[in-house]
Amino acid sequence: MSTGSIAWDATAGTTRKPLVETLHDWVTTVDHKRLGIMYVLFALLFLVIGGVEAIIMRIQLMRPLNNFVSPEVFNRMFTMHGTTMIFFVAMPLVFGFANYLVPIMIGARDMAFPRLNAFSFWMTALGGLLLYSSFIGGDGLYGAGNAPDVGWFAYAPLTSQTFSPGHSTDFWTLALLVSGVGSIGTAINLVTTILCMRCPGMTLGRMPLFAWLNFVMGGLVILAVSPLTAAQLMLMVDRYMGGHFFDTQAGGSAVMWMHFFWVFGHPEVYVLVIPAFGIASEVIPVFSRKAIFGYPVMVGATVAIGFISMSVWAHHMFTVGMTSGANTFFVMTTMAIAVPTGIKIFNWLGTMWGGKIHFRVPMMFCVAFLFQFLIAGLTGVMLAAAPFDWQLTASYFVIAHFHYVIVGGILFTLFAGFYYWFPKVTGRMYHERLGQLHFWLFFIGFHLTFDLMHVPGILGMPRRIYTYEPGRGWEIWNVLVSVGTLFQAVGILVFAANLIWSYFRGAVAGNDPWDAWTLEWTTSSPPPAYNFATIPEVHSRRPLWDLKHPEDPDWKYE
Amino acid sequence: MSTASLTAPAPTLPWRLPSKGQVGMYCLIAAELAIFTIFVVAYLFYIGKSLSGPQPRNVLSPPIFFTICLLSSSITIHFAVKFLQAGKTRSFALWWLLTVVLGALFLGGTAREWHHLIYDEGLTIQTNLFGTTYYSLVGLHAFHVTAGLLGLSSVAIFSALGLVRQEHAERLEVLSLYWHFVDAVWVVVFTVVYIIGR
Amino acid sequence: MLPSAQYLSPTNIFAPISTPADTIFGLSIFVLAVTGAIFLVVFSLLVYAAVKFRLRPGDDSREPAQIYGSAQVELAWTVIPVLIVVVLFLAAARVIASIQNAVPPQGAIHVTVIGHQYWWEYRYPDLKVVTANELHVPVSDPAHPTPTFLTLLSADTDHSFWVPRLAGKTDLIPNHPNHMWIDPHQTGLYLGQCSQYCGVQHAMMLLRVYVDTRADFDRWVAQQSQPAAVNEVASEGRRIFETTACVNCHTVAGTPAHGRFGPDLTHLMSRDTIASGATRNTHEKLRAWIRDPNVLKPGCLMPAMGLSDPQIDAVTSYMETLR
Repeated sequence: MSTGSIAWDATAGTTRKPLVETLHDWVTTVDHKRLGIMYVLFALLFLVIGGVEAIIMRIQLMRPLNNFVSPEVFNRMFTMHGTTMIFFVAMPLVFGFANYLVPIMIGARDMAFPRLNAFSFWMTALGGLLLYSSFIGGDGLYGAGNAPDVGWFAYAPLTSQTFSPGHSTDFWTLALLVSGVGSIGTAINLVTTILCMRCPGMTLGRMPLFAWLNFVMGGLVILAVSPLTAAQLMLMVDRYMGGHFFDTQAGGSAVMWMHFFWVFGHPEVYVLVIPAFGIASEVIPVFSRKAIFGYPVMVGATVAIGFISMSVWAHHMFTVGMTSGANTFFVMTTMAIAVPTGIKIFNWLGTMWGGKIHFRVPMMFCVAFLFQFLIAGLTGVMLAAAPFDWQLTASYFVIAHFHYVIVGGILFTLFAGFYYWFPKVTGRMYHERLGQLHFWLFFIGFHLTFDLMHVPGILGMPRRIYTYEPGRGWEIWNVLVSVGTLFQAVGILVFAANLIWSYFRGAVAGNDPWDAWTLEWTTSSPPPAYNFATIPEVHSRRPLWDLKHPEDPDWKYE
Repeated sequence: MSTASLTAPAPTLPWRLPSKGQVGMYCLIAAELAIFTIFVVAYLFYIGKSLSGPQPRNVLSPPIFFTICLLSSSITIHFAVKFLQAGKTRSFALWWLLTVVLGALFLGGTAREWHHLIYDEGLTIQTNLFGTTYYSLVGLHAFHVTAGLLGLSSVAIFSALGLVRQEHAERLEVLSLYWHFVDAVWVVVFTVVYIIGR
Repeated sequence: MLPSAQYLSPTNIFAPISTPADTIFGLSIFVLAVTGAIFLVVFSLLVYAAVKFRLRPGDDSREPAQIYGSAQVELAWTVIPVLIVVVLFLAAARVIASIQNAVPPQGAIHVTVIGHQYWWEYRYPDLKVVTANELHVPVSDPAHPTPTFLTLLSADTDHSFWVPRLAGKTDLIPNHPNHMWIDPHQTGLYLGQCSQYCGVQHAMMLLRVYVDTRADFDRWVAQQSQPAAVNEVASEGRRIFETTACVNCHTVAGTPAHGRFGPDLTHLMSRDTIASGATRNTHEKLRAWIRDPNVLKPGCLMPAMGLSDPQIDAVTSYMETLR
């Protein structure tokens, strides 16, 4: 198999391009690698902003009856924090990684529709800008600065003109409509790329799991983001055309908004976590020095998760008054999804078993992910038992649960992915010690905050409250939870410092610093604009393993 | 562990992958179907729940003629593409134009129906649940017809300028997929609004 | 109930004193035990793998045996979780049925709860009592149960009724009546609060459920059924109340005040707290509240009426006659 590992340096032998020209290149690019990088940088910026919003809330909640911020500001904080983190941090991160890596992993030169790719990125960016312009935008009843304050799931009829006059809700709706178009565009691109642009020999059964899992994610985005778009169009009809979709005074149904939102909202969390599983499925084998255990089962389990995830949504609605039959149905589907999810954890464990585990920073984050995602999944099983959920939902227990999944599961694997692929993208190794410092700071902070956060939920503290009465037994837990955010914040700063320092001063990485096995490691670091000089041909799931081990290639066993 | 009978990997058979245009369009159609499904579910759920105002059985009459126009346009576009694939650009142009005309007739019919509903029956999107769901669902569909017609008309103009050739047949087949989708959705919308809902 | 759980917090879900909360507690212990066991097993295996198979210094760089999978192992770790899930599902399904499908017995008390931004309206249709923010129910003897069945409605946005020691939460959604029940076995005051974000002052929409002995409850009902006490001392305050916009929102039974937008004030002084539990019902707090509600609860829907100090004093005195 031939590879294209000649780096092409456009500046070799010429003077450096003027800054304006470089900026213009980036703004007009349709190259999946550059768009991937832009998605990730955009997401990191919003990660910091969303983090500040969280810190503001945590300071307010450190004491009962505190007045660090007013109730209006607090309510905007939790709305913006949730909306930002889901739509302008997690989704762009996931799309950024997919954009950069999937074409290279399948031996293609770019995505199927490069211009659609660029359009989708800029729609997402526009959405973020629109949402944040709300802080300085429109009029409203509460005075200057009107970020939305209806919660990230914007339940009706709180979002009607009656209860949310002014434009704050509209910023939420429009920003997400716009970025939703971008998301659907990226998903169409991903699915088409994976089906139509694999290199010769790369059957679907030989694709890296990261590609497979992003394929399932693409399908889920297509099926799940569209319902949100529909519901938001209905909300706009209600707010601006006098419609009655969610107008309870006219006989409309507030519960219907909930159904439509959660039909989007539940698969959405799988959209975020499945690519995270994909990262774990690349990192764990390489750092255990073993092939992934049970590749076909991993694919099957993920597809099963994708399908089942579209049938569990009303477990977010166990308290709205559905019949016992309906509640029971959703208990069943929600518990069912735990089975393929557990299978994946066991398969990762099986990959590590009998291996030779190198505890470099990417693997440290993945091992923490395994242990944290196990806990997150188990608290999910607790919540799936609807009567238990009747106590725990809308409380700090559920906030702890989903942050355990999103931060402890998804963000940790994304960090693993950052460190794993940083050498490929930049051509430099990250600083190992700084990476370890980031890991430990963040690990301690994460556990301090989110382990303890389960307790106030059990002790009756609801979510979305800007303050609370003393004497409920919640005070000490809130203080400790807030302290944990400090560690996490410092950890993020260390991470950012590492990225920046290593970009300029890291050791040169070479094509394949990890001795890994998938196609991205055959090309230079960073890859040339065309990815491969010649399109490769593959015969197994680990083409580089075959090259490195001609006496024992994978294609003998697959 | 497997066996020594394999000494070389199996050769890669002629490597054929699906067409990007087709797969991309099917994905777009899937996303649009998901959007329509939500509007259809809302329509079905709200049948009979309006607290006041005109009711479907009193004001709606099934637009049979215009439906036939729209559904026939699927047939005409199918023939148009077939002709182009065979290189018969004159026939292609004719049948393509016919498709545009039939689509425009459908839109005209919708406009006429809405005019009647608003001015004669007093049904607007604000009137009641029926009005909201009816105009939203039928309107969403009409919006998709309009978007499709814009695309089809552009092609008609290119064709009139002699710019459309046999090698463009595949792209036009992808566009025609969109048009078939719009027609198929109309079958569902028609059934839900004029049959089930009345 | 876990011993001393109620001392950790007055709203501890593990300190139930009413059947729905009890049944949920039982289920939760079972679920915790099962998930706890799963956690211990998988966690131990993870730790074992991470320790046993870690790279040792001086290890040669040969790759370990490449194991691609095992059908038997996959089957085992599919079947066992399926069985566990079936058991958990059946346990949950039983509790759902027992709570949701309960039929009110003969002696049940019926209360209609109407959620407002940001207060609770309570109407007892059979007992002809209307009150706000502090719910009184009789204690229920398991031998002769007298549960309270609540019908939950909303006048505006979504709310949720959550008193953890009595039951799981149930939402109040406009145009979507819901039902729940409680049968507290112990007298006392039980706390909770609104648990579905309903607007600016969601955090201060507190719940206070007074579980009384039967005798106390009957006494309370009798008192609440009376029209407002008439006291000549407060006639000036009453005049201001009835000629300012107060009557547009508030009801005082037996007077021209018939407003339904705000809480019924007929027996305001029978309540320990005002502003839906946000502060104690003392002279100073009541006066401050009437003067400007937005100081205590910024964004609440009761406006400051712009009364002068003597007017506020008069109105406060009038309120204090409403026992």
